[in-house]
Amino acid sequence: MIGYLIRRVIGAAVVLLALSAIVYGLFYAGPSDPALLACGKGCTPDRLAVVKSSMGLDKPLVDQYLSFLHAIFFGHDYSSGPSVRHCPAPCLGYSFETDQPVTTILGSTLPVSASLALGAMALSLLLGIGAGLVTVLSRRRWLDRGLNVVVLVGYAMPVFLVALILLIVFCSDLQWLPFPTYVPLTQDPAGWAQNLLLPWIALALVQAAAYARMTRAQMLETLSEDHVRTARAYGLSQRRIITGHVLRGALTPLVTMAAIDLAGIMTSAVLTETMFGLPGIGQALVQAVGSTDLPVIVGVTLTAGAVYVLANALADILYAAIDPRVELA
Amino acid sequence: MTLTVEALSGPQPGPDPSSPPHARGATWRRLRQDKAAATGMVIITLMVLVAVFAPLLTALEGQDTTTQHPELVDSASGGTPLGSLGGVSAGHWLGVEPQTGRDLFARLVYGARISLGVALGATALQVLIGVSVGIAAGLGGRFLDSALSRLTDLTLAFPSVLFAIGLMAIVPGSVPRPLVLAVVIALLGWGATARLARGQTLSLRTRDYVAAAKLSGAPPLRVARREILPGLVTPVITYAALLVPANMIAEAGLSFLGVGVRPPTPSWGQMLSAGTTWFRPDVMYVLVPGGALFLTLLAFTLLADGVRRTLDPRNTEVAA
Repeated sequence: MIGYLIRRVIGAAVVLLALSAIVYGLFYAGPSDPALLACGKGCTPDRLAVVKSSMGLDKPLVDQYLSFLHAIFFGHDYSSGPSVRHCPAPCLGYSFETDQPVTTILGSTLPVSASLALGAMALSLLLGIGAGLVTVLSRRRWLDRGLNVVVLVGYAMPVFLVALILLIVFCSDLQWLPFPTYVPLTQDPAGWAQNLLLPWIALALVQAAAYARMTRAQMLETLSEDHVRTARAYGLSQRRIITGHVLRGALTPLVTMAAIDLAGIMTSAVLTETMFGLPGIGQALVQAVGSTDLPVIVGVTLTAGAVYVLANALADILYAAIDPRVELA
Repeated sequence: MTLTVEALSGPQPGPDPSSPPHARGATWRRLRQDKAAATGMVIITLMVLVAVFAPLLTALEGQDTTTQHPELVDSASGGTPLGSLGGVSAGHWLGVEPQTGRDLFARLVYGARISLGVALGATALQVLIGVSVGIAAGLGGRFLDSALSRLTDLTLAFPSVLFAIGLMAIVPGSVPRPLVLAVVIALLGWGATARLARGQTLSLRTRDYVAAAKLSGAPPLRVARREILPGLVTPVITYAALLVPANMIAEAGLSFLGVGVRPPTPSWGQMLSAGTTWFRPDVMYVLVPGGALFLTLLAFTLLADGVRRTLDPRNTEVAA
């Protein structure tokens, strides 16, 4: 197990490193000229040269990338003429547009996206497992069919369409919920949840239906296994069998599934943030793309990539830890 | 022994040893009998026809996508279309856009070109890259396989929509946007197809006819094309049916965020995005592109589901 853990963590680190190289290479060696972008409008050739050397863009690309990595771990000093500006680790540079450190931007936007994505994930698992359990316990055919319809329709509904419909119905027509604005959790937990409720539902709805279908299929499969038959032969009640024996086996694949789906939820969060008026990383990214603000683009995509890679690694490790049948080959 | 090998590896008249021609015909028949899949196919065919004949349809209506009609919107109320249902009339079948008064029907049918074109183009490219990488990994040596598999893992290891958004910033403006969209979506989304193709190749390469072809000295490229590729057709097509709606959502999403096609080119996602601020005074502006997008996606999903059901006699739900 320890060996597997170490291998998996090293694997994740390698993927992250490769990811950072690709991202850096794409954006800094791509068709756009970073120095010109950083220099801004009305840039003189002299000024451009200064910007170039202070950003280290006159060095070979590999050196640039290495100093980019170095800055993430150890910080970086930007010198332009006499003044030196220290960017503490983890340093991802400064926004071309606002001159804020990218880490500050991430620090203010990441909690918003995390609130949205993690809350939606939790809600979808809760709803999904609950609904799956109900369909198995009640054994009603129409419940099962209804679930399939929801999944099918859900796959055909882009999340921004779901979000839009929910906004129109619940905020505009029925006025049951306020138009969402972001309230930090630390400031007002109730307001935080109330404002995020609708976005959570929008993101969780389809996912929940998929989880419900999966929970159901897994549980039906586990129900036919030997150890369940043994439990039944001992005279355990159906309820005890399901809560004590079947659910655990059925939930194992769901763990992996949920971690993989985190990327999907993150994407959904990015797509809907703007509509919900939530200032998350998606909104920051779209704004940065609008003004070709490379440091912010690189910072956001790398952070999102890192979250995803780590979530995947965590899923594998959890999966191995929960399910004794998994071979650690 | 030599004789057997030659007999096996000679030019094979049957196209595909794993699914003979009559089986493919039967699949097609079963698919047509599947009500949901048939409905999906009808809708998709209609949408494709609409996209192809967009110039004809708009000529029939007598409108185009860019002409502004300020006389059809109420400038006093900020530009809400005059008349009921967003200004539906004999001249404007689906009404007009708020503020500009551009014809909604014309924008919708031209938008179909972008939505379908980008989705189908991206899918074709994904299949091309995915199958090539998958076969190369499956047939290649240990080193090639592990290098390509790591690369595949890498493409699967990040939230691709975020990357696509970022990439849109650095693509030069001179390249046509729909092309950029299709390529970016494809480059970020071929991983799953490659994984599928690799797995299938690994299982096919152990078959006798593949071994025979290799023994008879067929070059690897020919083995890949003649012996492996036909066996990949069915699983890849099934998977591609799922890729199309996913790509369509990706395009709509990017355009929705304002990093997709550039105005004045219409796209459903972009129309929907513009509609979000208008749903109170002019709900048609949301319903028209939203409905078209939903209907088309549902059609593809129904078809994909039908294809899966038809090709998989066990019909297990686990593979959802």
